[in-house]
Amino acid sequence: MDRQVKGILGAKLGMTQVWDNNKVVPVTVVQAGPCVVTQVRTAEKDGYSAVQLAYGAIDPRKVKKPITGHYAKADVAPRRHIVELRTTDAADYELGQEVSVEAFAVGTPIDVTGRTKGKGFAGVMKRHGFHGLRASHGVERKHRSPGSIGACATPGRVFKGVRMAGRMGGARYTVQNLTIQAVDPENNLLLVRGAIPGPKGALVLVRSAAKAEAKKGGVAK
Amino acid sequence: MNTLDALDAQSQRTDVPDFRAGDTVKVHARVIEGSRSRVQVFEGVVIRRHGAGLRETFTVRKISFGVGVERTYPINSPGIDRIEVVVRGDVRRAKLYYLRELRGKKAKIKEKREKRVG
Repeated sequence: MDRQVKGILGAKLGMTQVWDNNKVVPVTVVQAGPCVVTQVRTAEKDGYSAVQLAYGAIDPRKVKKPITGHYAKADVAPRRHIVELRTTDAADYELGQEVSVEAFAVGTPIDVTGRTKGKGFAGVMKRHGFHGLRASHGVERKHRSPGSIGACATPGRVFKGVRMAGRMGGARYTVQNLTIQAVDPENNLLLVRGAIPGPKGALVLVRSAAKAEAKKGGVAK
Repeated sequence: MNTLDALDAQSQRTDVPDFRAGDTVKVHARVIEGSRSRVQVFEGVVIRRHGAGLRETFTVRKISFGVGVERTYPINSPGIDRIEVVVRGDVRRAKLYYLRELRGKKAKIKEKREKRVG
């Protein structure tokens, strides 16, 4: 399987709108990269081929010594975040090479991964989209409750995995098949059509879309 | 200043005249019919300006063949050729929704007379 994946780490700046052909397009602005390649994994040495990217400023004194050594191997200054991308063309990357937004062309389908906004302890209506109970007809102080969570003496217990209230958000989430609306190499900006996970300033990973090629029924060259 | 102000400034129009609710304006909007485009004029009273910055819109109301017609345009839309202020109106509200209930002479807005200085 030949899957060439391009990727870049960045920070979500927020949403705005741009005009395209006299139509409003909602876009999320991502300040992406420049990232550096800190390691290239090869099939011979590591059993798989991948490229490791690092991004973000950090005070070098704060970096742990073993990690500092890892960056020193690639001869780059320490960064805050590291991510590994499984891609078959990893051999094309060199240690210390910079990856900037120019790697992405306008109109390419992408996936964006990030950590969603934390919602705290949320009830079932918010967390799972339950409809709750009635507003009237004798319902008392139970309008947002889940209702039944199982049967009676058979099975005599609540099944595992029944959806209930609990912590919501703050989880890794990938939005697939977004489109790049514009690229601004001067300011390292990517304008992505639509919404992406996370609050403003959050770390996001922009990758070539995993499913876009499959949809067209062909494998990329 | 917000993070994306610099980016928004790129799509913001600078040639928008100063107008407010109550003013009568002519909106020259580009209409695309098939392959060719022409300019259509919509003249009426501005009944509101809504939102701010890049997202700001305004609504123009006119009576067309006895039927009230309202059109809302994004103020920064490149689909607008130009906006022309015809008459400045003298109104005491920012949103003139009350005009929808009024007909004929009552729906008329007084013209604003500039006060002479000194």
